[in-house]
Amino acid sequence: MTLTEAPAPPAPAAPPPAARPRRRGRFTPYWLLLPGILWLLVFFALPMVYQASTSVQTGSLEEGYEVTWHVAAYWDALSGYWPQFLRSVAYAAAATTLCLLLGYPLAYLIAFRAGRWRNLIMILVIAPFFTSFLIRTLAWKTILADGGPVVGALNALHVLDVTGWLGWTAGDRVLATPLAVVCGLTYNFLPFMILPLYSSLERIDGRLHEAAGDLYARPVTTFRKVTFPLSMPGVVSGTLLTFIPATGDYVNADLLGSADTRMVGNVIQTQFLRVLDYPTAAALSFVLMAAILVMVTFYIRKSGTEDLV
Amino acid sequence: MKTTTNATGPGGDVRLAGISKTYGSFTAVHPLDLTVPQGSFFALLGASGCGKTTTLRMIAGLEEPSAGTVHLGDQDVTALPPYKRPVNTVFQSYALFPHLDIFENVAFGLRRRGVKSVKKQVEEMLDLVQLGEQARKKPHQLSGGQQQRVAVARALINHPKVLLLDEPLGALDLKLRRQMQLELKRIQTEVGITFVHVTHDQEEAMTMADTVAVMNGGRVEQLGAPADLYENPRTTFVANFLGTSNLIEAEVGARDGDDLVVKAAGDKLLLPAGRCSAPAGTGGKVLVGVRPEKIGIAHADEAGAVPEGRNRLTGTIAATSFIGVSTQYVVDCEACPGVEVYVQNIDRDPRLVPGADVVLHWNPAHTFGLDAAQDIDAGLAEEEAAR
Repeated sequence: MTLTEAPAPPAPAAPPPAARPRRRGRFTPYWLLLPGILWLLVFFALPMVYQASTSVQTGSLEEGYEVTWHVAAYWDALSGYWPQFLRSVAYAAAATTLCLLLGYPLAYLIAFRAGRWRNLIMILVIAPFFTSFLIRTLAWKTILADGGPVVGALNALHVLDVTGWLGWTAGDRVLATPLAVVCGLTYNFLPFMILPLYSSLERIDGRLHEAAGDLYARPVTTFRKVTFPLSMPGVVSGTLLTFIPATGDYVNADLLGSADTRMVGNVIQTQFLRVLDYPTAAALSFVLMAAILVMVTFYIRKSGTEDLV
Repeated sequence: MKTTTNATGPGGDVRLAGISKTYGSFTAVHPLDLTVPQGSFFALLGASGCGKTTTLRMIAGLEEPSAGTVHLGDQDVTALPPYKRPVNTVFQSYALFPHLDIFENVAFGLRRRGVKSVKKQVEEMLDLVQLGEQARKKPHQLSGGQQQRVAVARALINHPKVLLLDEPLGALDLKLRRQMQLELKRIQTEVGITFVHVTHDQEEAMTMADTVAVMNGGRVEQLGAPADLYENPRTTFVANFLGTSNLIEAEVGARDGDDLVVKAAGDKLLLPAGRCSAPAGTGGKVLVGVRPEKIGIAHADEAGAVPEGRNRLTGTIAATSFIGVSTQYVVDCEACPGVEVYVQNIDRDPRLVPGADVVLHWNPAHTFGLDAAQDIDAGLAEEEAAR
């Protein structure tokens, strides 16, 4: 070792004893995962198992329930409540479509045109969340009240004739009709559409628009061939965030609808809380979950954004 | 491929007439007249913020001029939106469509113009830029150099009258940039389309372009062939921005035939009158310039060996640096501190070390004269920034 012959440097002040590198790296990821896993276990997995067992029980409140593998509860749920299922999907689909039609232009505006107003508009989008979901929905009761200005205007413009003919409204009323429920769903879930749309639009490089224009694409073509395809991740996550909760929603149908607009959420709520028929309610919940899972999987496959799953 | 030249005809010039761009109180481009002849490789050279990119974007239609007109051939395109102009752009960051594969990126322009069978053309174009194998890859799967070639192919396939290149090589490393410079030059020669190239890299502009316009502060300082700009700069900005110049303040004395005799701190220098862009009346001030590689250096003891008739300055070596092919000396002269001298390493004189007294000498024909009213350091900071 020739190095030892080099003059020794003056001894430095004793360095703090170097901490020995501990082998702590190995388990760190698991420790970090633990809260999430526990949360899922306690609030998702266990209730699911419990609910699954409930769905195959028979009995009554007085005599107690017992697991009898009564799988027919599923069939009963489907055959008894398929209209509510279909209605839920139809209302949720209508609300999602409306959210997309209303939300896309707004998200586009915020992302590309708002300039210094961007933050203000974003705050306006989120502002309704500062009041409770229930109050906001109740407010719609006032907005759509019989003989109110909205209904009056729609009547004067003969819009209600058309919607009445389509079966969306009844007579001079908007409240307690499918239209009111869809309006409520659209209003309540609109921000969940706008935010993911905005974030995927905002990420699009503005030079791509210039490049498309430079390559002979008119503004409409640029939107169709460049902007919209690039915003697909936002469209998919926005529609999912709207459609999934809207399908299971019962507050809007409860407050703005009538007996004829009951959604599957209302049925589950009634079964659980009023009729106290837990097995049917549990079976209904499972059917709803499965239906949504199938539809969403199909949708994601179709829209070609597998990287979301 | 040459047929494209004929298609555009002889009237394929780009003509900018009195074009300017202002943003509020800031003038990005002062009224500018510029003609880029059909088929030429034209470079707009300048530091960032000099208005070169704005000028390019006005040709493309991406920026609306505040005043003036843009003509392509006989057609006034000033009011046309970009998608109606027979012009294509290679963007600085390429701006390839990330959701389309290479084939569809290149086919984009053809499809928008309703061309039905694009396959053959796209394949030919991809072969031209040597990317035939990559047709079905997405842009992010390619290297920077490959993406750059896709951007060129995507623009060229439309046979534009003019191809605009906005710092197309800025994102590439030095070696790749050199390679792409040659590649672009080859493609331009092959297709014969007018190229307007914006760059801050003077070497890039000089290697590639037939004509270079040096821009500064929203104005074209000087326009000409690269060698002409380099040998005969007309402003201190061009002299300093394009390569390195030694600028020496001097006073104009008598006239000697075709030469002006100028005095710089006691030394008499000859300056060809034809190479002096300044109004040089006797007794007036002038900046005398000479490029570092034109200067010879001799040790003071060898002063007698310097041939007669050459311009001479005496000084002391302040610093030397050995570069390999050459040695660079910084010599402090009375007339001008910090004269730079580049000497090829053929026979190195071991006496030429810092502190040695030396004689600098050069052929008077290599001297140029500039107006002394200008800032002698103009363009130095910009050149530094552009490196």
